[in-house]
Amino acid sequence: MRGATILKATDNKTRDLNSHTLMAFSGEAGDTIQFSDYIEANVKLYSMRNSTELGPSAVASFVRAELARSLRSRNPYNVNLLLGGVDPISQKPHLYWLDYLASLAPVPYAAHGYAQYYCLSILDKHHHPDIDLEKGMQLLQMCADELKRRMPIDFKGAIARESRGQEWHTFSGSRQ
Amino acid sequence: MSRRYDSRTTIFSPEGRLYQVEYALEAISQAGTAIGILASDGIVLAAERKVTSKLLEQDTSAEKLYILNDNMICAVAGMTADANILINYARQAAQRYLLSYNEDIPCEQLVRRLCDLKQGYTQHGGLRPFGVSFIYAGFDPQRQFQLYQSNPSGNYGGWKATSVGANNASAQSLLKQDYKEDCSLREACGLAVKVLSKTMDSTKLSSEKIEFATVGRTKDGKVYHHLWAAEEIDVLLKEHGLAKPDDSAETG
Repeated sequence: MRGATILKATDNKTRDLNSHTLMAFSGEAGDTIQFSDYIEANVKLYSMRNSTELGPSAVASFVRAELARSLRSRNPYNVNLLLGGVDPISQKPHLYWLDYLASLAPVPYAAHGYAQYYCLSILDKHHHPDIDLEKGMQLLQMCADELKRRMPIDFKGAIARESRGQEWHTFSGSRQ
Repeated sequence: MSRRYDSRTTIFSPEGRLYQVEYALEAISQAGTAIGILASDGIVLAAERKVTSKLLEQDTSAEKLYILNDNMICAVAGMTADANILINYARQAAQRYLLSYNEDIPCEQLVRRLCDLKQGYTQHGGLRPFGVSFIYAGFDPQRQFQLYQSNPSGNYGGWKATSVGANNASAQSLLKQDYKEDCSLREACGLAVKVLSKTMDSTKLSSEKIEFATVGRTKDGKVYHHLWAAEEIDVLLKEHGLAKPDDSAETG
């Protein structure tokens, strides 16, 4: 595939916050790393201090609060985020959508950036509230295929990560 | 010569003790008794109020039981004025946590925040320690119902049943004797009035002399806390045959 823009193949835009929450980010190049470092450190600090881990919804609220604080500073972070996790107590999965204006929404599926214009229509059509993880991975594959087909960027594949209860597994994306 | 070591709060005595902290503990052991009992479906806090008068407005002046947060209440033994400062601090800490995490602060964290403040006065010089012991009752999803106790030194611990204030040693031994694991909240309330009736000076109790509060869950799983009204306490006392006879004639 040829395109005007080439992306870095090894770029990982996901971050483990604790054993059951994961954050994916996009936005201004430096800001994303800086902000996710800061969030990661603070979520881990909480675990150390309190010998218990924050649940996904608490993490989401914390991230939103930090982003909202930053937004009202002289130099706000320009970062869009997706937050996923399985609540360790109720064992229920959660997905949160956060943008750089610090609006937080719990959603069944989400995308950020240029890719969302291609992916959301697929997800709108094929997602149902009661699908299982396997079906979710299939949907992700469909999205990746669509991006490869239509996006005018040299798309190097995707890093897909999933959570089965506790552990996060990394899947190498389909690269060509 | 003990003046040499107790005039400042933060100086160790030759035996390695902090006298001011021990005086604070002594002040608390004169205060009205407060007890807390953990049950399988809730927690009960009960306290003896020392200031009783016919002229005192009953329901507007809770003297010993306070709400800290949606999921937590506490009983106070010691100087009420000092307690108000700490309670205000705890309420603010709980609200700050709610603001940043959008969920109630876990019970132990709130207890620890208060105890960190209390501990500070045993180490940084200049001011006296807070003369208050607390019993905390609360609920959080991780550890369910919890009962804690803290004292002026800043130490705290989790308990199944505990007491502070006057006669707390005898209350404690009564609790040890009669506490049943996995008892219901109703049984715990019964045990609480029984213990209070034995540790208080007067043999017959009335709603003027004690305060009662419970933490529990409603049928749909929502946590509630409830500071009992005078009438509810009277009903409980009558149920256990501990009410004043003339009191029942008055109401009846």
